[in-house]
Amino acid sequence: MNHAAPFFIAAGPGSRVQSAVRYCRRNPLVTASALFLVAIATVALIAPWISPHDPFELQPVLRLKPASETNWLGTDAYGRDLLSRIFYGARISLVIGLGAALLSIGTGMTLGLIAGYMRRVDAVLMRFVDGMMAIPNTLLAISIVTLVGANIWTVMFAITIPEVPRVIRLVRSVTLGTREEAYVEAAITLGSSTSRILWRHLMPNTIAPLIVQGSYVCASAILTESILSFLGAGINPVTPTWGNIMADGRAYFRIMPGLIFWPGLCVSLTILSINLIGDAARDALDPRMAKRGVGR
Amino acid sequence: MNTDMKVPILQLRDLCVAAERPDGHRVIDGISLEVHEGEMLCVVGESGSGKSVTSLSIMGLLPRGVLCPAGGSIRLEGEELLGAGEKRLEALRATSMAMVFQEPMTALNPVVRVGDQIDEVLKAHTPMRAVERRKRILAMMEEVHLPHVERIYRAYPHQLSGGQRQRIMIAMALILRPRLLIADEPTTALDVTTQKQILSLIRELRDNRGTAVLFITHDMGVVAEIADRVAVMRQGSMVETGTLDQILRSPTQGYTRKLLSSVPSLVPRASAGAADAEVLLQISDLGKTYSSRSMFGKVNEVKAASGVSLTVRRGRTLGIVGESGSGKSTVARCAIRLIDPTEGRILVAGQDISRLRGAALKQHRRRIQVVFQDPYRSLNPRIRIGESIIEGLTNFGVPRAQAMAEAAALLEMVGLPADAVSRYPHQFSGGQRQRIAIARALAMKPDILIADEAVSALDVSVQAQVLDLLNDIQGRLGVGTLFITHDLRVAAQICDEIVVMKGGWIVEQGPTSEVLVDPKDPYTRSLIQAAPGRHWDFPNFRPVGEVKGGSLRSHVKVTPPMAEAM
Repeated sequence: MNHAAPFFIAAGPGSRVQSAVRYCRRNPLVTASALFLVAIATVALIAPWISPHDPFELQPVLRLKPASETNWLGTDAYGRDLLSRIFYGARISLVIGLGAALLSIGTGMTLGLIAGYMRRVDAVLMRFVDGMMAIPNTLLAISIVTLVGANIWTVMFAITIPEVPRVIRLVRSVTLGTREEAYVEAAITLGSSTSRILWRHLMPNTIAPLIVQGSYVCASAILTESILSFLGAGINPVTPTWGNIMADGRAYFRIMPGLIFWPGLCVSLTILSINLIGDAARDALDPRMAKRGVGR
Repeated sequence: MNTDMKVPILQLRDLCVAAERPDGHRVIDGISLEVHEGEMLCVVGESGSGKSVTSLSIMGLLPRGVLCPAGGSIRLEGEELLGAGEKRLEALRATSMAMVFQEPMTALNPVVRVGDQIDEVLKAHTPMRAVERRKRILAMMEEVHLPHVERIYRAYPHQLSGGQRQRIMIAMALILRPRLLIADEPTTALDVTTQKQILSLIRELRDNRGTAVLFITHDMGVVAEIADRVAVMRQGSMVETGTLDQILRSPTQGYTRKLLSSVPSLVPRASAGAADAEVLLQISDLGKTYSSRSMFGKVNEVKAASGVSLTVRRGRTLGIVGESGSGKSTVARCAIRLIDPTEGRILVAGQDISRLRGAALKQHRRRIQVVFQDPYRSLNPRIRIGESIIEGLTNFGVPRAQAMAEAAALLEMVGLPADAVSRYPHQFSGGQRQRIAIARALAMKPDILIADEAVSALDVSVQAQVLDLLNDIQGRLGVGTLFITHDLRVAAQICDEIVVMKGGWIVEQGPTSEVLVDPKDPYTRSLIQAAPGRHWDFPNFRPVGEVKGGSLRSHVKVTPPMAEAM
C-alpha cells in the first residue's frame, strides 16, 4: 500500500482522567495488578507501624501456632509472628527488585549505547557479553554472593550482574537501528560530539523498550532473591525476606503449610502483577503489538 | 467513444470511505469512475488524495477497524462488491481482479521460490495438475519477458533485480486472466530505465489481453506515457476526469492546471553564476571500496565509487544524476565525511579534508552542510524545531539566546513563521519540514550545501516551491550546491552543470544545457529517453516542440529557446 495513505487512529476526545478511567475499565486485570502493587508497596513502607508484632522476637512458647486472634497467620518454628515477617519481607523484596531493575538498566543502557554506536568497542564488549550469557543467572548470582558474602547490597549486586547483558543487547539493537536515521547523520554533520549524539538523539529511543525490560528484570530479581534465600545463599536467615521465610518453613510444611503458602503467594502475585503491567506497558508503547488481532 | 456502448469492467458510483471513529471523517467522499475493457485509466493525485484507499476498497482490502466503506457502489462486470461476502471476494481476487503493489520486495515472500509463489495462485483457484501448472507459469513468465524462465522459476526474490521482481508480481496478478488489473504505483520504486520497460509491458499486456487497467500514480510523466483516460483526485474527491488529451491540453479545473504547471520541465533553466567563479569544493579521483572478508579468508570488494572528479563553484549548482547503485550518494556522503573515502582527495578552501579526524574535522563541518531526502526522518521527532536548528550553532560556541534569534530569522527566510521554533516536527507538513532542514543547514553559514535527493520525497507542487527556495537562497547567499538526484526533470530545473554516474563511474560531465540537450554518452541518452512524458511540455499544455498555431516540429529535440518561454 502507499506509505502516504492516511491510515491513522486519532485519540478519542476527553481529558486525561477520562481516558485513564476508560483504560482501567477496559483492562481490569492490569488495574488489579496496579492496585495490588500499590498495596504491597504501602505495606512495605509502613511495615514498622502496622506489624502486629516484632518480626525478630523469638517466643519459643508460641512455636508453630496456627492462626489465632493475636497471630493472624500463626507463628513460625521460633515463635515469630508470620504476618509481621511477611510485611517486613516485602521491604527487602521490593528494594531488591527495584534496585536491580534500576542498576541493570543504568549500566546496560550506557554500555549498550556505546556498543551500538562505536563499532570497535562493540566487537570487544559483545564477546564479553556473549560469555556472560553462557552462565546461568542463578548460578552466577550464587557464585558472586559466596565470594563476597551476603547482605542486602551484595545480593542486589549479584542479581543485577547477570541481568545486565540482556539490557546491553536490547539497547544495542535499538541503537543500531536508530544510528542510521537521517537526524543522527544530520547531528554528525552539525559537529555534535559523540556524547551529545548518544544522550540527546539515541538514548530517548531506548526508554520505551527499557521500561518494559525493567519490569521483567524487577520481577526476575524478586524471584531470584527468593531462590537465593531459599537455597541458603541469600541474606542472613534471621532477616525476614519472603525466601527466608519459605526456607525456614520447608521442614514444617506438613505441620504448617502456611509457612510456605503465604510468602509463596506474595512472591507469585507480585511477580504476576509486575509482568502484567510490563505487558501492558509494551502494548501501550509499541502500537504494533497493541493492534494485534485488529488487522487482517 | 465506442467503449461507452459496452458494460464497463469496473464502475464506481459515489463511493465513500470513512474512518471508523466517532466523527466518521470521510477519507473518500463520493467518487465515481469507470474502466472499460482494454482501457488504461490513470488515477493521479498527490499524497493524501485517497487514490490508494480507492484501490484497496475495490479489492476489499481496507484495513479493518480503521477504514470502512460508507456508501455508494463498486461494480465489477456488473456484480456489486460492497457487501459481498469474504468468500466471494477471495474468489474474485486473482480470477477477476488482481493488484500489483509499489514495492515488489515486500510483496513477495522472501523464503519461497518465485515460481512456487505463482503456483500457489493456480493451486488455490484451478484444478490443474502440477505439470500443466508449471507449463502455464513458464508461459506467463515468457509473456512478461523474463529471461531464462527455468532458472528464474527456481530463484528466490533476493536473487532478482527490482524490475524482474515487478515482472513476477505482474505475472502472478495476470496468470488467471483477470478482467481488471489494479496497479498501485507499480514503478515508483524502480529506476527510470526499468520503469520504461515495465510501463511498456503493462501496455502490451493490456493490448494483447484486453485487460482493463486502473493505474494509480503521482507522476504526470507516467500518466502522459500510458493513460487512455485520466482521473485527477484531491483530498478524497474527484477533481476531473477526461481523456489524456483533454486533461493535458485543456484541463478545466484550477487544481489540475496547478498540478500540471508544477511538473518540472526537462528543458534546462538558464544558468546562474559565473562558470569561472571561485572553487569551493574540489573532489579529485575519489574512490570508495567496501571490502568484507568471508569465513575462509576470501576478500570481497565492491567499488561503490571510483575515479570521481568534480568541482563545485560559488553561486552554482552541480548535479549528480544516476540510477540506484550508481554511486551518487556515496560521493555525497564522502564529501560530508559521513563515510571515509578509500582514495582520492576532497579539497575545501584548498585544504584536503579526506583524512581529517577529530577537532580538525569538526572545524570543517561548518563549511559543508547537508539536506537529506526524507524530511520525516531528518528531524529528531522528540526535539523542538528551534533546538534542532541551533544544535550546530551551540556546538560551535554561539550563546543560546543569540542562536535562537538567528533560528527565528532563518525560519522567516525559508518562509515559515518565527514562532515555529517552539513547535515539534510532527506539526509540519513534508514540504515545511524540508524548509526547516534547509534552515538548519544554513544556520551554520556553510560555503557548500549538499542536497541528497532533497526534493524526491515531496509532492510535485511542494517540490517546485522547495526548488524555488533553493534557487533563491543560492542567489542571496552565494553558496555552492551539490545536488544529488535521480530525476532528470529536477536536475534540469536547478543544476548549472551535470555529472552523470553509472556503476560508480562518471560517464558524462558538462553544462546542463549540453548534457540534457545533446548527450554524448549512450547511457545518458538512454536515461533521457526513459524519462516518462518527455514528449510533453506540461506547464504549457502542449507537446514539446509544438508552437502556438499548431505544427509539430520534433518529438525528441528540445530547443534552448523554450527555456525563455517559461
